[in-house]
Amino acid sequence: MPEYQFLEQVKRAFAIAKKDLRIYYKRGPVVIFGLIMPFFLFLAFSIGRSMPIEQLFTGLLGMAIFFSSMSIGPAIVPFEARSKNLERLVSAPVAVWAILIGDVIASFLYGFSISIVSLIIGLVLGVTITNALVLCLGMILAAFCFASFGVLLSAYPPTDIPSTVMMISNLVKFPLVFISGVFIPISGSGRIIASVSPLTYFTDLVNYCTEGNSYYSVFGDFAALIGFTLLFLVVAIKIHQKTLPERLS
Amino acid sequence: METSIEVKDLTKNYGEITAVNHIDFEVRKGEIFGFLGPNGAGKTTTIRILTGVIKPNSGTAAIMSYDILKEPLKAKQIISVVPEMANAYIDLTAWQNLMLIGELYGVPQRKRQERAEHLLREFELYERRNHLARGFSKGMKQKLILCMAMLTEPQVLFLDEPTSGLDVESARLIRDTIRQYNKDGTTVFLSTHNMEEANQLCDRIAIINYGRIAAIDSPENLRMESSSLKSVEISFDKPVPVNELSKIPNVTEAKKIGDKIRLYTDEPHSTINSLTDYARSKGLTIVSLNTLAPTLEDVFIKLIKEHRGD
Repeated sequence: MPEYQFLEQVKRAFAIAKKDLRIYYKRGPVVIFGLIMPFFLFLAFSIGRSMPIEQLFTGLLGMAIFFSSMSIGPAIVPFEARSKNLERLVSAPVAVWAILIGDVIASFLYGFSISIVSLIIGLVLGVTITNALVLCLGMILAAFCFASFGVLLSAYPPTDIPSTVMMISNLVKFPLVFISGVFIPISGSGRIIASVSPLTYFTDLVNYCTEGNSYYSVFGDFAALIGFTLLFLVVAIKIHQKTLPERLS
Repeated sequence: METSIEVKDLTKNYGEITAVNHIDFEVRKGEIFGFLGPNGAGKTTTIRILTGVIKPNSGTAAIMSYDILKEPLKAKQIISVVPEMANAYIDLTAWQNLMLIGELYGVPQRKRQERAEHLLREFELYERRNHLARGFSKGMKQKLILCMAMLTEPQVLFLDEPTSGLDVESARLIRDTIRQYNKDGTTVFLSTHNMEEANQLCDRIAIINYGRIAAIDSPENLRMESSSLKSVEISFDKPVPVNELSKIPNVTEAKKIGDKIRLYTDEPHSTINSLTDYARSKGLTIVSLNTLAPTLEDVFIKLIKEHRGD
Protein backbone atom coordinates (compact mmCIF):
# COMPACT_ATOMS: atom_id res chain seq x y z
CA MET A 1 0.00 0.00 0.00
CA PRO A 2 1.61 3.27 -1.07
CA GLU A 3 0.77 4.89 2.24
CA TYR A 4 2.78 8.01 1.46
CA GLN A 5 0.89 8.84 -1.75
CA PHE A 6 -1.25 11.93 -1.77
CA LEU A 7 -4.55 10.24 -2.60
CA GLU A 8 -4.05 7.58 0.06
CA GLN A 9 -3.46 10.33 2.61
CA VAL A 10 -6.62 12.14 1.45
CA LYS A 11 -8.58 8.90 1.97
CA ARG A 12 -7.22 8.70 5.50
CA ALA A 13 -8.15 12.37 6.04
CA PHE A 14 -11.76 11.43 5.23
CA ALA A 15 -11.59 8.61 7.81
CA ILE A 16 -10.53 11.23 10.38
CA ALA A 17 -13.36 13.52 9.27
CA LYS A 18 -15.88 10.69 9.72
CA LYS A 19 -14.55 10.08 13.22
CA ASP A 20 -14.68 13.79 14.07
CA LEU A 21 -18.28 14.12 12.96
CA ARG A 22 -19.31 11.06 14.97
CA ILE A 23 -17.68 12.39 18.12
CA TYR A 24 -17.73 16.17 18.16
CA TYR A 25 -20.95 17.52 16.60
CA LYS A 26 -22.85 17.08 19.86
CA ARG A 27 -20.12 18.25 22.24
CA GLY A 28 -21.10 21.14 24.51
CA PRO A 29 -18.70 23.79 23.17
CA VAL A 30 -19.62 22.92 19.58
CA VAL A 31 -23.36 23.26 20.21
CA ILE A 32 -22.97 26.42 22.31
CA PHE A 33 -20.51 28.30 20.10
CA GLY A 34 -21.68 26.82 16.78
CA LEU A 35 -25.45 26.99 17.12
CA ILE A 36 -26.84 28.64 20.22
CA MET A 37 -24.59 31.70 20.34
CA PRO A 38 -24.96 32.74 16.68
CA PHE A 39 -28.72 32.18 16.94
CA PHE A 40 -29.01 34.56 19.89
CA LEU A 41 -26.63 37.00 18.27
CA PHE A 42 -28.88 36.96 15.21
CA LEU A 43 -31.92 37.61 17.39
CA ALA A 44 -30.12 40.45 19.17
CA PHE A 45 -29.41 42.13 15.84
CA SER A 46 -32.76 41.56 14.19
CA ILE A 47 -35.48 41.87 16.86
CA GLY A 48 -37.08 45.29 16.94
CA ARG A 49 -35.41 46.54 13.77
CA SER A 50 -37.25 47.05 10.55
CA MET A 51 -34.80 45.40 8.23
CA PRO A 52 -35.58 44.05 4.78
CA ILE A 53 -35.81 40.26 4.69
CA GLU A 54 -32.81 40.06 2.32
CA GLN A 55 -30.61 41.85 4.84
CA LEU A 56 -31.83 39.59 7.64
CA PHE A 57 -31.09 36.58 5.47
CA THR A 58 -27.53 37.79 4.85
CA GLY A 59 -27.06 38.05 8.60
CA LEU A 60 -28.62 34.66 9.32
CA LEU A 61 -26.62 32.84 6.66
CA GLY A 62 -23.39 34.67 7.48
CA MET A 63 -23.66 33.95 11.20
CA ALA A 64 -24.67 30.32 10.67
CA ILE A 65 -21.89 29.45 8.27
CA PHE A 66 -19.23 31.44 10.12
CA PHE A 67 -19.92 30.16 13.62
CA SER A 68 -20.86 26.57 12.80
CA SER A 69 -17.91 26.01 10.42
CA MET A 70 -15.57 27.32 13.09
CA SER A 71 -17.09 25.39 16.00
CA ILE A 72 -15.67 21.87 15.58
CA GLY A 73 -12.17 22.71 14.33
CA PRO A 74 -10.80 24.49 17.41
CA ALA A 75 -12.19 21.82 19.75
CA ILE A 76 -10.74 18.67 18.19
CA VAL A 77 -7.00 18.98 18.79
CA PRO A 78 -7.18 20.07 22.45
CA PHE A 79 -9.88 17.46 23.20
CA GLU A 80 -7.78 14.71 21.61
CA ALA A 81 -4.59 15.88 23.29
CA ARG A 82 -6.37 15.66 26.62
CA SER A 83 -7.92 12.24 25.97
CA LYS A 84 -4.54 10.97 24.65
CA ASN A 85 -6.13 10.03 21.33
CA LEU A 86 -3.89 12.49 19.50
CA GLU A 87 -0.85 10.35 20.30
CA ARG A 88 -2.57 7.39 18.68
CA LEU A 89 -3.35 9.44 15.55
CA VAL A 90 0.20 10.76 15.30
CA SER A 91 1.65 7.25 15.60
CA ALA A 92 -0.53 6.10 12.67
CA PRO A 93 0.78 6.42 9.11
CA VAL A 94 -1.08 9.66 8.50
CA ALA A 95 0.72 12.93 7.76
CA VAL A 96 0.03 15.88 10.06
CA TRP A 97 -1.47 17.77 7.12
CA ALA A 98 -3.87 14.88 6.47
CA ILE A 99 -4.97 14.85 10.14
CA LEU A 100 -5.68 18.59 9.92
CA ILE A 101 -7.42 18.32 6.55
CA GLY A 102 -9.61 15.64 8.14
CA ASP A 103 -10.53 18.09 10.89
CA VAL A 104 -11.21 20.79 8.29
CA ILE A 105 -13.44 18.45 6.27
CA ALA A 106 -15.48 17.59 9.39
CA SER A 107 -15.89 21.28 10.27
CA PHE A 108 -16.76 22.09 6.67
CA LEU A 109 -19.47 19.41 6.47
CA TYR A 110 -20.95 20.52 9.78
CA GLY A 111 -20.92 24.21 8.85
CA PHE A 112 -22.26 23.58 5.36
CA SER A 113 -25.14 21.44 6.71
CA ILE A 114 -26.13 24.11 9.22
CA SER A 115 -25.96 26.81 6.54
CA ILE A 116 -28.25 24.73 4.31
CA VAL A 117 -30.81 24.79 7.12
CA SER A 118 -30.44 28.60 7.28
CA LEU A 119 -30.84 28.80 3.51
CA ILE A 120 -34.06 26.78 3.68
CA ILE A 121 -35.36 29.04 6.46
CA GLY A 122 -34.57 32.06 4.26
CA LEU A 123 -36.39 30.56 1.28
CA VAL A 124 -39.42 29.71 3.42
CA LEU A 125 -39.47 33.33 4.65
CA GLY A 126 -39.62 34.50 1.05
CA VAL A 127 -36.04 35.40 0.15
CA THR A 128 -35.43 35.32 -3.58
CA ILE A 129 -32.10 33.93 -4.74
CA THR A 130 -31.13 35.44 -8.08
CA ASN A 131 -28.03 33.32 -8.64
CA ALA A 132 -28.23 29.94 -6.91
CA LEU A 133 -24.98 28.64 -8.42
CA VAL A 134 -22.92 31.57 -7.11
CA LEU A 135 -24.55 31.25 -3.68
CA CYS A 136 -23.94 27.52 -3.54
CA LEU A 137 -20.29 27.89 -4.59
CA GLY A 138 -19.89 30.74 -2.15
CA MET A 139 -21.29 28.65 0.69
CA ILE A 140 -18.93 25.78 -0.12
CA LEU A 141 -15.90 28.07 -0.32
CA ALA A 142 -16.85 30.01 2.79
CA ALA A 143 -17.52 26.89 4.88
CA PHE A 144 -14.12 25.49 3.86
CA CYS A 145 -12.42 28.82 4.53
CA PHE A 146 -13.94 29.22 8.01
CA ALA A 147 -13.29 25.55 8.84
CA SER A 148 -9.60 26.12 7.99
CA PHE A 149 -9.63 29.24 10.13
CA GLY A 150 -11.05 27.19 13.04
CA VAL A 151 -8.25 24.65 12.78
CA LEU A 152 -5.71 27.49 12.64
CA LEU A 153 -7.13 28.92 15.86
CA SER A 154 -6.45 25.62 17.65
CA ALA A 155 -2.77 25.70 16.66
CA TYR A 156 -1.53 28.10 19.29
CA PRO A 157 -1.17 27.99 22.26
CA PRO A 158 -0.55 24.21 22.26
CA THR A 159 -2.96 23.53 25.09
CA ASP A 160 -5.05 20.50 25.94
CA ILE A 161 -7.80 22.62 27.50
CA PRO A 162 -10.64 23.06 24.97
CA SER A 163 -12.18 26.03 26.82
CA THR A 164 -8.93 28.01 26.40
CA VAL A 165 -9.04 27.53 22.65
CA MET A 166 -12.76 28.30 22.45
CA MET A 167 -12.21 31.52 24.42
CA ILE A 168 -9.40 32.63 22.12
CA SER A 169 -11.39 31.71 19.04
CA ASN A 170 -14.35 33.79 20.28
CA LEU A 171 -12.04 36.72 20.88
CA VAL A 172 -11.13 36.54 17.20
CA LYS A 173 -14.59 35.68 15.85
CA PHE A 174 -16.66 38.47 17.40
CA PRO A 175 -14.68 41.43 16.05
CA LEU A 176 -14.75 39.81 12.61
CA VAL A 177 -18.56 39.57 12.74
CA PHE A 178 -18.80 43.30 13.52
CA ILE A 179 -16.39 44.44 10.82
CA SER A 180 -17.78 42.21 8.08
CA GLY A 181 -21.08 43.96 7.41
CA VAL A 182 -23.12 40.92 8.29
CA PHE A 183 -26.02 43.00 9.57
CA ILE A 184 -25.08 46.62 9.00
CA PRO A 185 -23.59 47.40 5.59
CA ILE A 186 -20.08 48.82 5.82
CA SER A 187 -19.16 51.90 3.85
CA GLY A 188 -16.36 54.42 3.56
CA SER A 189 -13.12 53.80 5.43
CA GLY A 190 -14.75 50.84 7.23
CA ARG A 191 -14.30 48.96 3.98
CA ILE A 192 -10.54 48.87 4.46
CA ILE A 193 -10.90 47.23 7.85
CA ALA A 194 -13.62 44.93 6.52
CA SER A 195 -11.32 43.66 3.79
CA VAL A 196 -9.16 41.78 6.32
CA SER A 197 -12.11 39.57 7.28
CA PRO A 198 -12.97 36.57 5.09
CA LEU A 199 -16.58 36.88 6.24
CA THR A 200 -16.81 40.21 4.36
CA TYR A 201 -16.44 38.42 1.03
CA PHE A 202 -19.09 35.84 1.82
CA THR A 203 -21.48 38.59 2.98
CA ASP A 204 -20.78 40.41 -0.27
CA LEU A 205 -21.59 37.26 -2.26
CA VAL A 206 -24.88 36.75 -0.41
CA ASN A 207 -25.82 40.38 -1.06
CA TYR A 208 -25.09 39.81 -4.73
CA CYS A 209 -27.29 36.71 -4.80
CA THR A 210 -30.23 38.30 -2.96
CA GLU A 211 -30.19 42.03 -3.57
CA GLY A 212 -28.27 41.96 -6.85
CA ASN A 213 -25.57 44.38 -5.70
CA SER A 214 -22.14 43.78 -4.24
CA TYR A 215 -19.11 45.87 -3.37
CA TYR A 216 -16.53 43.52 -4.90
CA SER A 217 -16.90 41.51 -8.07
CA VAL A 218 -18.07 37.92 -7.70
CA PHE A 219 -14.68 36.69 -8.89
CA GLY A 220 -13.00 39.01 -6.41
CA ASP A 221 -15.05 37.49 -3.59
CA PHE A 222 -14.24 33.96 -4.74
CA ALA A 223 -10.54 34.78 -5.10
CA ALA A 224 -10.44 36.32 -1.63
CA LEU A 225 -12.14 33.28 -0.04
CA ILE A 226 -9.75 30.91 -1.85
CA GLY A 227 -6.77 33.04 -0.85
CA PHE A 228 -7.81 33.14 2.82
CA THR A 229 -8.43 29.37 2.78
CA LEU A 230 -4.96 28.64 1.43
CA LEU A 231 -3.37 31.06 3.87
CA PHE A 232 -5.21 29.57 6.87
CA LEU A 233 -4.41 26.00 5.80
CA VAL A 234 -0.71 26.60 5.20
CA VAL A 235 -0.23 28.56 8.43
CA ALA A 236 -2.30 26.03 10.43
CA ILE A 237 -0.26 23.09 9.14
CA LYS A 238 3.05 24.88 9.79
CA ILE A 239 2.14 25.90 13.34
CA HIS A 240 0.58 22.55 14.24
CA GLN A 241 3.66 20.72 12.95
CA LYS A 242 5.78 22.90 15.19
CA THR A 243 3.60 22.74 18.31
CA LEU A 244 2.54 19.09 18.12
CA PRO A 245 5.55 17.69 20.05
CA GLU A 246 4.90 20.24 22.80
CA ARG A 247 1.26 19.22 22.94
CA LEU A 248 2.19 15.56 23.19
CA SER A 249 4.90 15.90 25.81
CA MET B 1 20.39 -11.97 11.91
CA GLU B 2 17.99 -9.41 10.40
CA THR B 3 17.33 -6.30 12.44
CA SER B 4 13.84 -4.91 13.06
CA ILE B 5 14.75 -1.85 15.12
CA GLU B 6 18.07 -0.08 15.00
CA VAL B 7 18.81 2.77 17.38
CA LYS B 8 22.03 4.78 17.19
CA ASP B 9 23.18 7.49 19.56
CA LEU B 10 19.60 8.56 20.30
CA THR B 11 19.20 11.60 22.54
CA LYS B 12 16.16 13.53 23.68
CA ASN B 13 16.25 16.59 25.91
CA TYR B 14 13.33 18.33 27.58
CA GLY B 15 14.89 21.67 28.44
CA GLU B 16 17.65 20.97 30.96
CA ILE B 17 16.61 17.36 31.46
CA THR B 18 18.07 14.63 29.27
CA ALA B 19 15.36 11.98 29.07
CA VAL B 20 17.27 9.73 26.65
CA ASN B 21 21.03 10.00 26.63
CA HIS B 22 22.97 8.68 23.60
CA ILE B 23 21.48 5.20 23.60
CA ASP B 24 22.28 2.45 21.09
CA PHE B 25 20.60 -0.92 20.65
CA GLU B 26 19.22 -3.29 18.07
CA VAL B 27 16.14 -5.48 18.14
CA ARG B 28 16.35 -8.61 16.06
CA LYS B 29 13.58 -9.66 13.75
CA GLY B 30 11.11 -11.99 15.47
CA GLU B 31 12.27 -11.46 19.04
CA ILE B 32 10.47 -10.12 22.07
CA PHE B 33 12.67 -7.32 23.37
CA GLY B 34 12.03 -6.09 26.89
CA PHE B 35 12.71 -2.53 27.94
CA LEU B 36 12.99 -2.22 31.71
CA GLY B 37 13.66 0.73 33.91
CA PRO B 38 12.39 2.65 36.90
CA ASN B 39 9.87 5.48 36.51
CA GLY B 40 11.35 8.39 34.57
CA ALA B 41 14.18 6.28 33.16
CA GLY B 42 13.35 7.15 29.55
CA LYS B 43 11.31 4.12 28.48
CA THR B 44 8.21 5.94 27.24
CA THR B 45 10.28 8.70 25.62
CA THR B 46 12.21 6.04 23.69
CA ILE B 47 8.99 4.38 22.54
CA ARG B 48 7.52 7.74 21.51
CA ILE B 49 10.60 8.48 19.41
CA LEU B 50 10.57 5.01 17.83
CA THR B 51 6.88 5.34 16.95
CA GLY B 52 7.31 8.80 15.42
CA VAL B 53 5.30 10.68 18.03
CA ILE B 54 8.19 12.94 19.07
CA LYS B 55 11.49 13.79 17.44
CA PRO B 56 14.88 13.18 19.03
CA ASN B 57 17.44 15.96 19.45
CA SER B 58 20.10 13.77 17.88
CA GLY B 59 20.75 10.22 16.75
CA THR B 60 18.84 7.92 14.44
CA ALA B 61 16.20 5.23 14.74
CA ALA B 62 15.10 2.89 12.00
CA ILE B 63 12.23 0.41 11.83
CA MET B 64 12.84 -2.37 9.29
CA SER B 65 15.44 -0.04 7.72
CA TYR B 66 13.01 2.89 7.41
CA ASP B 67 14.42 5.92 9.19
CA ILE B 68 11.68 7.21 11.50
CA LEU B 69 12.69 10.81 10.79
CA LYS B 70 13.27 10.57 7.04
CA GLU B 71 10.53 8.08 6.11
CA PRO B 72 8.06 8.31 8.99
CA LEU B 73 4.97 7.18 7.10
CA LYS B 74 6.67 4.06 5.73
CA ALA B 75 7.98 3.20 9.19
CA LYS B 76 4.61 3.85 10.87
CA GLN B 77 2.82 1.72 8.27
CA ILE B 78 4.54 -1.45 9.50
CA ILE B 79 4.29 -0.83 13.23
CA SER B 80 1.51 -0.75 15.77
CA VAL B 81 1.52 0.77 19.21
CA VAL B 82 -0.19 0.04 22.49
CA PRO B 83 0.74 3.26 24.27
CA GLU B 84 0.86 3.52 28.05
CA MET B 85 -1.59 6.38 28.33
CA ALA B 86 -3.45 6.56 25.04
CA ASN B 87 -7.02 5.49 24.90
CA ALA B 88 -9.48 4.13 22.41
CA TYR B 89 -12.06 6.73 21.35
CA ILE B 90 -14.57 6.39 24.17
CA ASP B 91 -17.35 8.01 22.14
CA LEU B 92 -17.00 5.41 19.40
CA THR B 93 -18.08 1.78 19.64
CA ALA B 94 -15.50 -1.00 19.73
CA TRP B 95 -16.33 -1.77 16.10
CA GLN B 96 -16.02 1.88 15.01
CA ASN B 97 -12.65 2.14 16.76
CA LEU B 98 -11.37 -0.87 14.86
CA MET B 99 -12.74 0.35 11.53
CA LEU B 100 -11.10 3.75 12.09
CA ILE B 101 -7.71 2.16 12.69
CA GLY B 102 -8.19 -0.03 9.62
CA GLU B 103 -8.92 3.05 7.51
CA LEU B 104 -5.97 4.99 8.93
CA TYR B 105 -3.63 2.14 7.95
CA GLY B 106 -5.27 1.63 4.56
CA VAL B 107 -6.51 -1.91 5.32
CA PRO B 108 -9.07 -2.87 2.64
CA GLN B 109 -12.67 -2.83 3.89
CA ARG B 110 -13.40 -6.55 3.68
CA LYS B 111 -10.10 -7.46 5.32
CA ARG B 112 -10.53 -5.00 8.16
CA GLN B 113 -14.03 -6.30 8.84
CA GLU B 114 -12.82 -9.91 8.90
CA ARG B 115 -9.83 -9.07 11.10
CA ALA B 116 -11.98 -7.00 13.46
CA GLU B 117 -14.49 -9.81 13.89
CA HIS B 118 -11.73 -12.36 14.47
CA LEU B 119 -9.93 -10.17 17.03
CA LEU B 120 -13.08 -9.19 18.90
CA ARG B 121 -14.03 -12.86 19.21
CA GLU B 122 -10.48 -13.78 20.29
CA PHE B 123 -10.55 -11.14 23.02
CA GLU B 124 -14.13 -11.92 24.03
CA LEU B 125 -15.41 -8.47 23.05
CA TYR B 126 -17.55 -9.46 20.08
CA GLU B 127 -20.83 -9.30 22.00
CA ARG B 128 -19.93 -5.74 23.05
CA ARG B 129 -18.82 -4.61 19.58
CA ASN B 130 -21.65 -2.08 19.20
CA HIS B 131 -21.20 -0.59 22.67
CA LEU B 132 -19.37 2.69 23.23
CA ALA B 133 -15.86 2.16 24.64
CA ARG B 134 -16.85 4.68 27.35
CA GLY B 135 -18.67 1.90 29.20
CA PHE B 136 -15.80 -0.60 29.05
CA SER B 137 -13.79 -1.64 32.11
CA LYS B 138 -10.02 -0.97 32.15
CA GLY B 139 -9.34 -4.56 31.13
CA MET B 140 -11.81 -4.40 28.25
CA LYS B 141 -10.36 -1.10 27.06
CA GLN B 142 -6.86 -2.56 27.14
CA LYS B 143 -8.04 -5.58 25.16
CA LEU B 144 -9.70 -3.23 22.65
CA ILE B 145 -6.48 -1.23 22.30
CA LEU B 146 -4.57 -4.45 21.67
CA CYS B 147 -7.19 -5.46 19.06
CA MET B 148 -6.70 -2.05 17.41
CA ALA B 149 -2.93 -2.59 17.37
CA MET B 150 -3.21 -6.12 15.95
CA LEU B 151 -5.81 -5.26 13.29
CA THR B 152 -3.13 -4.02 10.93
CA GLU B 153 -0.99 -7.18 11.29
CA PRO B 154 2.11 -5.16 12.19
CA GLN B 155 5.64 -6.37 11.60
CA VAL B 156 6.74 -4.62 14.78
CA LEU B 157 4.51 -4.18 17.83
CA PHE B 158 5.33 -1.63 20.54
CA LEU B 159 3.73 -2.23 23.92
CA ASP B 160 4.16 0.28 26.73
CA GLU B 161 3.14 -1.29 30.07
CA PRO B 162 0.41 -3.40 28.43
CA THR B 163 -0.69 -5.27 31.55
CA SER B 164 -0.32 -2.45 34.06
CA GLY B 165 -3.29 -2.35 36.43
CA LEU B 166 -5.05 -5.34 34.89
CA ASP B 167 -6.54 -8.31 36.71
CA VAL B 168 -4.63 -11.60 36.58
CA GLU B 169 -6.86 -13.17 33.93
CA SER B 170 -6.74 -10.20 31.53
CA ALA B 171 -2.97 -9.84 32.02
CA ARG B 172 -2.48 -13.53 31.22
CA LEU B 173 -4.67 -13.29 28.11
CA ILE B 174 -2.62 -10.34 26.87
CA ARG B 175 0.68 -12.13 27.59
CA ASP B 176 -0.54 -15.25 25.78
CA THR B 177 -1.59 -13.11 22.82
CA ILE B 178 1.80 -11.39 22.68
CA ARG B 179 3.46 -14.82 22.65
CA GLN B 180 1.12 -16.07 19.93
CA TYR B 181 1.66 -13.09 17.62
CA ASN B 182 5.41 -13.26 18.20
CA LYS B 183 5.29 -16.94 17.24
CA ASP B 184 3.55 -15.87 14.04
CA GLY B 185 6.46 -13.54 13.23
CA THR B 186 5.71 -10.19 14.88
CA THR B 187 8.68 -8.50 16.52
CA VAL B 188 7.67 -7.20 19.94
CA PHE B 189 9.16 -4.25 21.81
CA LEU B 190 7.83 -4.47 25.35
CA SER B 191 8.26 -1.84 28.00
CA THR B 192 7.29 -3.11 31.44
CA HIS B 193 7.83 -2.73 35.15
CA ASN B 194 6.88 -6.31 35.72
CA MET B 195 10.08 -8.38 36.09
CA GLU B 196 8.25 -11.68 35.99
CA GLU B 197 6.49 -10.64 32.81
CA ALA B 198 9.80 -9.67 31.22
CA ASN B 199 11.35 -12.93 32.42
CA GLN B 200 8.52 -15.02 30.97
CA LEU B 201 8.17 -13.21 27.65
CA CYS B 202 11.44 -11.66 26.55
CA ASP B 203 14.25 -13.11 24.48
CA ARG B 204 16.46 -10.18 25.45
CA ILE B 205 16.16 -7.30 27.86
CA ALA B 206 17.59 -3.80 27.95
CA ILE B 207 17.74 -2.07 31.30
CA ILE B 208 17.57 1.71 31.05
CA ASN B 209 18.23 4.20 33.84
CA TYR B 210 18.67 7.98 33.74
CA GLY B 211 18.23 7.77 29.98
CA ARG B 212 21.20 5.42 29.52
CA ILE B 213 21.28 1.72 28.76
CA ALA B 214 22.72 -0.11 31.79
CA ALA B 215 22.70 -3.61 30.28
CA ILE B 216 21.36 -5.62 27.35
CA ASP B 217 21.24 -9.41 27.36
CA SER B 218 18.97 -12.41 27.72
CA PRO B 219 17.26 -12.71 31.12
CA GLU B 220 19.28 -15.88 31.82
CA ASN B 221 22.62 -14.28 30.97
CA LEU B 222 21.82 -11.21 33.03
CA ARG B 223 21.14 -13.46 36.00
CA MET B 224 24.24 -15.54 35.48
CA GLU B 225 26.53 -12.58 35.00
CA SER B 226 25.44 -11.17 38.32
CA SER B 227 27.39 -13.81 40.26
CA SER B 228 27.54 -11.67 43.38
CA LEU B 229 23.78 -12.02 43.59
CA LYS B 230 23.88 -15.81 44.03
CA SER B 231 22.63 -16.72 47.45
CA VAL B 232 22.17 -19.52 49.95
CA GLU B 233 19.01 -19.61 52.00
CA ILE B 234 19.13 -21.47 55.30
CA SER B 235 16.96 -22.03 58.37
CA PHE B 236 17.97 -23.56 61.70
CA ASP B 237 15.96 -25.13 64.49
CA LYS B 238 16.88 -22.20 66.78
CA PRO B 239 17.22 -18.45 66.19
CA VAL B 240 20.67 -17.33 65.04
CA PRO B 241 22.11 -13.79 65.01
CA VAL B 242 22.31 -12.62 61.40
CA ASN B 243 25.47 -10.59 61.97
CA GLU B 244 27.37 -13.77 62.94
CA LEU B 245 26.53 -15.38 59.60
CA SER B 246 27.53 -12.29 57.66
CA LYS B 247 31.11 -12.85 58.90
CA ILE B 248 31.37 -16.18 57.03
CA PRO B 249 34.04 -15.91 54.26
CA ASN B 250 32.72 -14.97 50.76
CA VAL B 251 29.38 -13.77 52.16
CA THR B 252 28.74 -10.23 50.97
CA GLU B 253 25.41 -9.68 52.69
CA ALA B 254 23.12 -11.54 55.08
CA LYS B 255 19.39 -10.83 55.35
CA LYS B 256 16.66 -12.27 57.54
CA ILE B 257 13.72 -13.28 55.37
CA GLY B 258 10.88 -14.69 57.46
CA ASP B 259 12.23 -17.67 59.42
CA LYS B 260 15.13 -18.03 56.97
CA ILE B 261 18.42 -16.24 56.49
CA ARG B 262 19.60 -15.41 52.98
CA LEU B 263 23.36 -15.12 52.44
CA TYR B 264 24.56 -13.47 49.24
CA THR B 265 27.80 -15.04 48.05
CA ASP B 266 29.84 -15.55 44.90
CA GLU B 267 30.97 -18.98 46.20
CA PRO B 268 27.81 -20.87 47.22
CA HIS B 269 29.68 -24.18 47.55
CA SER B 270 32.21 -22.95 50.15
CA THR B 271 29.47 -20.99 51.93
CA ILE B 272 27.46 -24.20 52.38
CA ASN B 273 30.55 -25.91 53.88
CA SER B 274 31.06 -22.97 56.24
CA LEU B 275 27.39 -23.07 57.26
CA THR B 276 27.48 -26.79 58.10
CA ASP B 277 30.67 -26.19 60.16
CA TYR B 278 28.92 -23.30 61.91
CA ALA B 279 25.84 -25.40 62.70
CA ARG B 280 28.00 -28.23 64.06
CA SER B 281 30.05 -25.88 66.22
CA LYS B 282 26.92 -24.25 67.70
CA GLY B 283 24.94 -27.49 68.11
CA LEU B 284 22.29 -26.34 65.61
CA THR B 285 20.23 -28.46 63.24
CA ILE B 286 19.75 -27.27 59.68
CA VAL B 287 16.02 -27.35 58.86
CA SER B 288 16.34 -26.28 55.22
CA LEU B 289 19.14 -25.27 52.88
CA ASN B 290 18.75 -24.00 49.31
CA THR B 291 21.01 -22.33 46.79
CA LEU B 292 19.30 -19.58 44.80
CA ALA B 293 20.18 -18.05 41.45
CA PRO B 294 19.59 -14.29 41.30
CA THR B 295 16.14 -13.25 40.16
CA LEU B 296 15.74 -10.74 37.37
CA GLU B 297 14.51 -8.32 40.00
CA ASP B 298 17.79 -8.74 41.95
CA VAL B 299 19.76 -8.05 38.78
CA PHE B 300 17.59 -5.06 37.94
CA ILE B 301 18.00 -3.48 41.37
CA LYS B 302 21.74 -4.14 41.37
CA LEU B 303 22.21 -2.56 37.95
CA ILE B 304 20.07 0.43 38.83
CA LYS B 305 22.04 0.97 42.06
CA GLU B 306 25.38 0.61 40.25
CA HIS B 307 24.22 3.07 37.64
CA ARG B 308 23.12 5.51 40.31
CA GLY B 309 26.48 5.12 42.02
CA ASP B 310 25.03 3.82 45.33
